[in-house]
Amino acid sequence: MRTFDTVVIGGGPAGLAAAIAAHENGANTLLIEREARLGGILKQCIHDGFGLVRFGEKLSGPEYAERFIDAFHKADIPAMTLTFVTRIVPAQGGGFHVTLVSRDGVETIEAKTLVLSTGCRERTAKQVSIHGTRPAGVFTAGTAQHLTNLLGELPTKRCVILGSGDIGLIMARRLTLEGAKVLGVYEAKPTPSGLTRNIHQCLHDYDIPLYLSHTVTRVFGDDRLTAVEIAEVDDKMQPLAGTEQIIECDALILSVGLIPENELAESLGVEIDPKTKGPLCNGQLMTSVDGVFSCGNALHVNDLVDYVSESGECAGKNAALYVRKKRQEIPINATKMLSYIVPQRLDLDADNRETVLYFRSRDILNNCTFKMRIDGNEVFSKKYPFLRPPEMERLTVDFSKYPLDASSKIEFDIEVKANG
Amino acid sequence: MDELVCIVCPRGCTMHIEEKDGAYVVSGNSCKRGEQFAVSEMTAPMRTICSTVRTDFPEAPVLPVRVSADIPKDRIFDVMREINHTVVKERVRRGDAVIQNVLGLGVDVIATSDMLYTGEGR
Repeated sequence: MRTFDTVVIGGGPAGLAAAIAAHENGANTLLIEREARLGGILKQCIHDGFGLVRFGEKLSGPEYAERFIDAFHKADIPAMTLTFVTRIVPAQGGGFHVTLVSRDGVETIEAKTLVLSTGCRERTAKQVSIHGTRPAGVFTAGTAQHLTNLLGELPTKRCVILGSGDIGLIMARRLTLEGAKVLGVYEAKPTPSGLTRNIHQCLHDYDIPLYLSHTVTRVFGDDRLTAVEIAEVDDKMQPLAGTEQIIECDALILSVGLIPENELAESLGVEIDPKTKGPLCNGQLMTSVDGVFSCGNALHVNDLVDYVSESGECAGKNAALYVRKKRQEIPINATKMLSYIVPQRLDLDADNRETVLYFRSRDILNNCTFKMRIDGNEVFSKKYPFLRPPEMERLTVDFSKYPLDASSKIEFDIEVKANG
Repeated sequence: MDELVCIVCPRGCTMHIEEKDGAYVVSGNSCKRGEQFAVSEMTAPMRTICSTVRTDFPEAPVLPVRVSADIPKDRIFDVMREINHTVVKERVRRGDAVIQNVLGLGVDVIATSDMLYTGEGR
């Protein structure tokens, strides 16, 4: 049986960064990718805006990915593409047996540590309960992007987009550039889900209307979609009777959210955070299962790839340096002002001097202060002119500065000035 | 006074811009690039465009491209027309010009992937 120190599952930006970091930290590393090419979803994200944080440049998705792919090949790290992991079981005496299917057949390999960089999946029409027939022409934004940007096939001439997630906004612009008519972007929530800049550069620049508090309630068509029914929704996102209107179109494109893909993690018994839908991790991005690390969009859905790579590097490095020992973990709590915080745990025996925290506010907040309390006492604060749920925040905390023990209570909160 | 949202970085600052004695005064920006963007939006708005060009290679029917520098916003669809008339017949590399000096705008349309060069299919 082939054995490796670290096996990285998923060759997108998180996995590439993780594999490079694991290799640099001395691990005999293998990267496994189910598609023919490395790069993950970035292969089809041909728009620019990637890498501003990391490289100070506006790169397209393929350019960003290929910088890491080049570094990965330069380091001569082995990769298996067109390879699918079917099963992972703990090995006796530590480590894991990973069963793979590839063009060479079925193989089981052994890994001391695992990095799960399996990315996320799009929510589908079934998950947002739209009534009607099942015609062709209902696509997720990612599928429309795949058809347009990788296969060169325009999937629509006249479409409606449901959901204001970033991929939907990007595709509204992309389809318009290619000559399709995007009739409107409909969002059930009262605020947009995507980045503010994308509302402007993808919709406003091209005069594509955005309808908030609206949803698609029904689709029409036998072989191909012919029309959709739109309705306004109330504050509980329930359609309002009498507001329905029929819009003729040949496609409905869904951009209604992303969910971390953690089937392999769950098969290993990794605990999942109901808020992020990703594994509960400590500052080293190790999950609740010893030796299993998580990063990228499998950990939590990111809006910037720069942070996906950063979390990959953290997970890869710590997977390489992992030594089995007992953990002394305490929870990192967040009040309901935050929709989530990552990591969710702190291992008091680990090096937590440069712990990177990622968080989102639950609501749009102005003039607010992000606060950290230990046992009820405020020990750290940072002011933000505004926080918006679609825009993830990142900061570094040196936890070694604080006297922490197993009974310490860490809590993060956001306070808003009353008359700000 | 005009209000606009900066698209330079993901922060997306809401900025205000006002013309005072022939000069523009920008507020709400967090950095110098935001100020430059606001002034450019008032005088000569510029944008980057990204698209794909057809290729002669069956394993990669289209190749991702972008303009090498910003182009005037009102020329976006003119440049798109040029991009859609182009077919790549050679295994170009990332950064290679697919269209040189497109429409005389002083920018190239460049490949943004090595996928043809490395010969890996989709």
